Amino acid sequence: MSTKKDFKFYLIFLAAALVLAAVFSFYASSSPDGLEKVAGEIGFLDSAKDHANSDSALADYGVAGIENERFSVGLAGTIGVVTTGVVAVVLFMALGRKKQK
Amino acid sequence: MHIPDGFIDLQTSAIFAGAAAICVGVSLKGARKELDDKSAPLAGLTAVFIFAVQMLNFPVGAGTSGHLLGGALAAVLVGPWAATLALTVVLLMQGFLFADGGLSAIGLNIFNIAVIGVWVGYGTYLIVKRLLPKRKSSVALAGAIGGLISVPAAAFGFVVQYALGGNATFSLTSVFTAMIGTHIVIGIGEALITGLTISAIMASRSDLVHGWKSNETKLVIKGI
Repeated sequence: MSTKKDFKFYLIFLAAALVLAAVFSFYASSSPDGLEKVAGEIGFLDSAKDHANSDSALADYGVAGIENERFSVGLAGTIGVVTTGVVAVVLFMALGRKKQK
Repeated sequence: MHIPDGFIDLQTSAIFAGAAAICVGVSLKGARKELDDKSAPLAGLTAVFIFAVQMLNFPVGAGTSGHLLGGALAAVLVGPWAATLALTVVLLMQGFLFADGGLSAIGLNIFNIAVIGVWVGYGTYLIVKRLLPKRKSSVALAGAIGGLISVPAAAFGFVVQYALGGNATFSLTSVFTAMIGTHIVIGIGEALITGLTISAIMASRSDLVHGWKSNETKLVIKGI
């Protein structure tokens, strides 16, 4: 079973992720990433199509309708941390449970 | 590193979606064996942490950025099966919620990042760890080198996909050279983040780290 000490560690790990996604994400480089850069240099960047969800509320790590960029990316990051957390924790807890033989 | 829709034709994308689905299926089985009630929450949090750090693009040279992939990091923390699943969850959230990585390309991205990145990173980690003294610091160093190699390996996955079904016909050699060259530099950032994160966790809770636990288990068995 997870002990109190474990929970403390899990909380710190979660808090670290939350601070990175909610606060530090604003300072991330917005230059094209490695693949985009290579595609642009070689010439196949044009073959990219718009994402099917490119108009969705959270597209490109911003919340639609929020003008303040720092708040928009921070909130998107927070939503990402929460949703990823719920999906991943449910999945892994289900996989980790058993072994009561 | 997240492939958008359109770079690779639908047929090739479908083949890799099938391959990725098989790998995820095998990983579900593997993770069921590997995970217990202590490592399961850690695996979930590892996915969260990697999602967060993947948002933090760092600059690599003029006008280019890179971000953590996290395959080696996840594999060292929670084992390779759970690592593939953690990365798959991250890629699905990014593709569906944040329009990062094309939906038709989701299999390509899972294959490169959650399968190639994890297993090349983990394989490299295991080899390097054997060469190093059995110390806690070796886990972080071997993990960092695993991270370094995993990034160009994942980029190589894209080159193969481009060779099979690129929707444009540029010379493969130039795609290969540019992809590997750029991603070796991004791999240095991957190595730093991977090494620092593993060090921090080893310093506080080495008992939770898969890469260190498996080491101890072996020692115990030998001791008997």
